[in-house]
Formats: sequence, structure tokens, C-alpha cells
Amino acid sequence: MDAIFYTLQDFMLHSKSITYILIGGILIGLMLFWLFLAGRDEKKRTF
Amino acid sequence: MSQETARAEKSIITPFNVIAGIIIIAGLIVTFLRFTKGLGAVTNLDDNNPWGLWIGFDLLCGVALAAGGYVTSAACYIFGLKRYHSAVRPAILTAFLGYTLVVLALHYDVGRPWRLPYPIFLSQGTTSLLFEVGLCVFLYLSVLFVEYSPAALEWLGMKKIRNLIVRLTLVLTIFGVILSTLHQSSLGALFMIAPSKLHPLWYSNYLPVYFFISSLFSGLSMVIFEGSLAHRYFHDKMDEMHLKESKDVALGFGKAASFIMMGYVGIKFIGISIDNNWHYLTTSWGVWYLFELIGFVALPAFIYAIAVREKNLRLVRWAALISVFGVVLNRLNISLVAFNWQLPSAERYFPSWSEIVISLFVVTVGIVVYRFIVTRMPIFHEHPDYQHDH
Repeated sequence: MDAIFYTLQDFMLHSKSITYILIGGILIGLMLFWLFLAGRDEKKRTF
Repeated sequence: MSQETARAEKSIITPFNVIAGIIIIAGLIVTFLRFTKGLGAVTNLDDNNPWGLWIGFDLLCGVALAAGGYVTSAACYIFGLKRYHSAVRPAILTAFLGYTLVVLALHYDVGRPWRLPYPIFLSQGTTSLLFEVGLCVFLYLSVLFVEYSPAALEWLGMKKIRNLIVRLTLVLTIFGVILSTLHQSSLGALFMIAPSKLHPLWYSNYLPVYFFISSLFSGLSMVIFEGSLAHRYFHDKMDEMHLKESKDVALGFGKAASFIMMGYVGIKFIGISIDNNWHYLTTSWGVWYLFELIGFVALPAFIYAIAVREKNLRLVRWAALISVFGVVLNRLNISLVAFNWQLPSAERYFPSWSEIVISLFVVTVGIVVYRFIVTRMPIFHEHPDYQHDH
């Protein structure tokens, strides 16, 4: 069910709060996806 | 008549030539009607829908799918990934033909095509986004022509001018990246003028960012897709270097495309979240939106990832095909399907058969010219006079 917003402040607080949590999740998800994507790459020897 | 002449005459009648010939003849007839009887006679465009298939497909999809040119040349010359060098010329050629056909299609769509140079040379609308797009496409087409020209000059044997142009490669690449960044994003920004017409799921303040990011993986996927077709039909034109590098190109580009596509899915959800449009996802429009985003972006990104891990060339090519369809679907959704979504169905736009014929005509002309060039000029192989000259 849609939330009712009476002020722009209410709307921004609601949408930005969810968005910032989402951004954190996406950044972690992208890092994990990169590990999956590059998981079988040949390791470069550093010694 | 000698046997060779007979074989040459016989080989002209191939299924490809027959189908291409029919489409080109039909296209020429519609072209005659378009330029003698006007837009109203051949299109279903009206005041509600002034932009139809010729903008949605020929222009928006054409520009997005031609992004392989700047992506590949940037990877090779700016980021120094020389192992992708063999992919540069085919990508530049595809981009050059793509943009040429975009401009050709634009001649059909604008009311007075002979005035197309006016905004560039006579009356600059510097506050207009469309002016910026026009200027960038004009400049980038010129850059692509110069970037492509060494192949034609090698074929023609014009060594001096070819060597001069090759020295400009880095400058041209930088120019190309700047111009592409500008107009790929601006094409998305064009739709920001219509917040009440475009469905909220597709409308976003981030439309320019979406268009630019999707052009990146569109270009990468197109290079892989085009490479797979070239391997099937022009295998004999490829030299050892091209054949050796082609697997690395497909896997490397697939890996990049996969990561960019997952990032794109992420920012699309951020766009929904910041506008608080979650409730639209449960409507029928939401199902269509998720079909586009999950089915044609997230799914191919995952297939790319599996293919790259398994080093499976066949799977990479399938993922590229789905991604290319995905970009086409996205551009058509924004310009046609989700545009004017609130109008009653009787007032919605659907392209006329002659608009579809012209779009097929433009694509067919591109394929025929592409075939003409790659069978004659050094695109998939290095010219013997310029071996390892890069």
C-alpha cells in the first residue's frame, strides 16, 4: 500500500532512506558479482 | 562462355542477394512516395506521435548499436588494451556505417531534409538539446569517416595520406569518446522534456545516464555479435592475428559487458527508488518493465558471467544477441511503447507498413555496403604493405 506524504520533506526522507540502503546493497552486490565474474581468471604472479 | 564466368554469373543469384534486392526495390518505391507525396502519405505519424519508428528504431537503436566504435577504440588506444586491436577496424566500420544510416534515415523523418545543415552552419540553436545532438552526430560522423579512411586508403594504395591519418589516431579516439559521451546521453535527455507522456517507470531524471551506460554494453555486445556473424560469413577474409585474438576479444568484452550491465540494473532500481515508483511494478506496465530489465539485461549479464568463467565462446555470443535485443527493446519502449501510455488505444501509434519497409531498407543497405567493404578492404586482415604497423 502506498504511503501518504503530506510534505516534500516526508517524501524525500522516505525515498532517500530506501535509496541509500539500496545503494549500499548494490555496491556490496556488485563486489560479490565481480568476484564471481573474475573467480576463474588466471592469477597474476606477483613474486 | 568460360566456366569461371558462368560460375560468377550464377553466384549473383543467392538467397541473400534476392531478399536484399526485393527489400531495396520496395525501399526505393517507398522513398519515391515519401519525397513526392510527403510524410502523411507513408507514415502513421500525427501530432500526438511526431516521432515514430524512424526515430525509435533507425536513430535511437542505430546510435546505441554503433557505440562499439568508440568503446573498442577507447579500450585499445586510450586504455592500452592492444590485445583487442584486431576488433578496432570492424567496430569502427560498423559505427561509421551505423551513423551514416542514422543520418540517411533522418532525411526521411524530417519535414524538410534539405535544411538539415541549417542548425550547424546558419542558425545555431545553442539552447536546444536537439542542436547538441545534431552537432555531435555531425562531428562524430566526420571523425568516424576519418578513423575508417585508412582502410579505404590502403585499398586504394594512397600511402602518404594514409600514414598522415594514422598519426591522428589517438586524437580522433579522444574526440570520438567525448562526442559519443555527449550525444549518447543527450538522446536520453531528449525524453526528459515529456514527463507527462513517458510512463514513470521509464521516465527518470537519470535518463541521460541510462542511455550512456546502456550504450557502453550495447557497443560491447554489438562487437561480439557482429564478430560472430563475421566469423561465419567472412572467415576466409580473416588473417591469423584476427582469428587468434577473436576469442580473447569476445571473452574480454563479455566480461566488461556483464559487469556494466549488472551496474545498469542497479542504477535502474535506484531511479525507481528515488522517485518512489515501486507501486508501478505491480501493474501490467511493471511486468513489461521487468521483462525488459530482467529478461534482456540481468539475464544476459548472468549468461555472460557464466560464459566468461567457463570460457564458452558460444554462450558469450548468445548473451551478446540477447543484449542487443535488450537495447533495441529499451529504445523502442522509451520512444514508442511507453510513450503516450495514457492515450486511448485508438490514438496510440503503430508504424505503417511503409515505415517498416524504410527501416528494413536502411538496415539492408547497411549490410550490403558492409559486405562490399569487408570483401575488398583490409578490415579483418592487415594489408600486406602495413603488417604490424600499429
